[in-house]
Amino acid sequence: MPANPQLDAQGRLRHLLSIEGLPRETIERILATAESFAGVTERDIKKVPLLRGKSVFNLFFEPSTRTRTTFEIAAKRLSADVINLNIALSSQTKGESLLDTVANLSAMQADIFVVRHASSGAPYLIARHVKPHEHVINAGDGRHAHPTQGLLDLYTIRHYKKDFASLTVAIVGDIAHSRVARSLIHGLNTLGAREVRVIGPQTLIPTGVEALGVRVFHDLRAGLREADVIVMLRLQNERMSGALLPSAQEYFMSYGLTPERLALAKPDAIVMHPGPMNRGVEIDSAVADGPHSVILPQVTFGIAVRMAVMSIVAGGA
Amino acid sequence: MKLLVRGARVVDPASGRDAIADVAIADGRIAERLEAPERVIEADGLVLAPGLIDLSARLREPGYEYKARLESELEAAVAGGVTSLACPPDTDPPLDEPGLVDMLRRRAKSLSRARVYPVGALTVKLAGERLTEMVELAAAGCVAFSQANAPLKDTQVLWRAMQYAATFGYPVWLRAEDAWLASGGVAHDGEHATRLGLPGIPPFAETIALATLVELVRATGTRLHVCRLSTAAAVEMVRAAKREGLPVTCDVAIHHVHLCDADIGFFDSNCRLEPPLRSARDREALAAGLADGTIDCAVSDHTPVDEDRKQLPFDEAEPGATALELLLPLTLKWAAERGLPLVRALARVTSDAARVLGCAGGRIAPGAPADLVLFDPKAPFRVAPETLKSQGRNTPFLGRELAGRVRATIVAGQIVYEAQ
Repeated sequence: MPANPQLDAQGRLRHLLSIEGLPRETIERILATAESFAGVTERDIKKVPLLRGKSVFNLFFEPSTRTRTTFEIAAKRLSADVINLNIALSSQTKGESLLDTVANLSAMQADIFVVRHASSGAPYLIARHVKPHEHVINAGDGRHAHPTQGLLDLYTIRHYKKDFASLTVAIVGDIAHSRVARSLIHGLNTLGAREVRVIGPQTLIPTGVEALGVRVFHDLRAGLREADVIVMLRLQNERMSGALLPSAQEYFMSYGLTPERLALAKPDAIVMHPGPMNRGVEIDSAVADGPHSVILPQVTFGIAVRMAVMSIVAGGA
Repeated sequence: MKLLVRGARVVDPASGRDAIADVAIADGRIAERLEAPERVIEADGLVLAPGLIDLSARLREPGYEYKARLESELEAAVAGGVTSLACPPDTDPPLDEPGLVDMLRRRAKSLSRARVYPVGALTVKLAGERLTEMVELAAAGCVAFSQANAPLKDTQVLWRAMQYAATFGYPVWLRAEDAWLASGGVAHDGEHATRLGLPGIPPFAETIALATLVELVRATGTRLHVCRLSTAAAVEMVRAAKREGLPVTCDVAIHHVHLCDADIGFFDSNCRLEPPLRSARDREALAAGLADGTIDCAVSDHTPVDEDRKQLPFDEAEPGATALELLLPLTLKWAAERGLPLVRALARVTSDAARVLGCAGGRIAPGAPADLVLFDPKAPFRVAPETLKSQGRNTPFLGRELAGRVRATIVAGQIVYEAQ
């Protein structure tokens, strides 16, 4: 196995490609840095000059509004210049290769590439070819990883629960196709969570997932029992009918989070969701808007976490 | 040319011979003895073996000349000690017409390098719908019929194709892979694919298809050669089929004897292969099955891919690896790791391959074609793009230290390659 491509020779974070393989201290440093930025986002003047003069290129080979926007806000609060490229609609359709696109943008003096791509591993390919002063941040690659989402989930959990060692975390839904689940699983295990559970029908649980350090449940009720944290995953439209699931209605019947099912978890359990939510498919509105939900704070924390990641990889913070 | 190779360690798997001897060559064949040789090759410390016979090497002509050409690939073959090779029909257009086969054979012959045995398409355009003119293709020089990596989903067509081939005694060379189960997959469905978020191909995609093929052999009596086994369970199924006395042989790509899904590392697209690299347990079963003879041959499955098609995210990259020049060193590595005597190990790339192919080579005996390789089994080298003669530079072994360098290759009594 080659060396971890996201760390430099001194073990510093050069790119953020995956939470897997990040040392515990690195994760803790990102979370602590994010906490220091949380104050900034509440001030009247929401800017710090850490990345002044640097250029952040948002390279979205797959459409996304929410993630792109939060990266943009985070970069601007660090005083960086932000260029948004919706490549799904431009060069790729003209037949330009991924590496050619990156080489061209690199010639325009980029410092950070924030990359979203439908193929697992695409940011690794880019990271292997960028110049020494350039940094790659994975904003979601295929089913593989979404490390800033995983970090903001960890931040949220730490904010409400403090000590990871006593926590039982249940991740519910389409684990097979979820980069969010994979990133969170690695993060929770690195930080020493007591138990990480994944819950879903066999069709949505990938082969050999136990090796990532999780317990598999097919029965939602059993999986939710005594959980401290519940993470509901979005069910993509294309999974809702066909060979994986018969219908959205039947999915909700077996795996939707209702107040009655939530009551099986610990009384102070928190409910998370990476968004965008399908109300009535994976989550009941009464839960999404209820007192256990921390879904909106997640979005706010996401900006501070992305500021922390960008400042650490590129600003030497 | 009258040639004498003097003092080599002669390793001939067909007869089991492994001894220091002189080997004489005249009129393109191994000679009993020789007076007044025109050239003497001093071969102290080197091994002289039958030239390697590779049952799967893509030369990329016609149609994919930008990936490789006959000139480059046949040069790579002899540089790797390969004196005969079978090429699969997945060219563009596929080898489904006698004219294409004839042209390929003429082109290959005119280059005077390795011998080329075309494998014809089993169905027109490899589309899995209509049978090709197998009798005409055989007359043009096809030694077997295959779908290469193209699926044949319709079992009715598969059954009829096997019946038709059996009528004329033609062997059928097929991959065992259920097209529906393999659909969309790019890696072995297991812990590593799950970790990397790569769509998986389950091992039972192979065993289900193999069960179908074996059942059709029982029904039709077709001679079946199963190409590129990848799972432990399939090795066991072939073992049972052979025990039953069915006319079944099989091969494994040399990569799969050495590598497994963990070697994909951080999305190394050089490890994107067909079939996918499977688990470490599967790899062990393949290496053991090749040693005990359940797996008849190791093949290079040489597939030169152009740089543009490999410098892509793993799932978009074109499958395949260049391997003609690595078949010998990787066979030696496997033999060393399993403690196999050279004479037994080389059988899998010489005499056993000749048996499957039905050709006269693969042995060192008076009267046999003088197709030979002279190599230094201990000479180390590092695999680097600039050391490869193949136009394809894509191999998972880039940067690795291997042992075994070819010093000279002889085809039909002519020295076709000599190391500088």
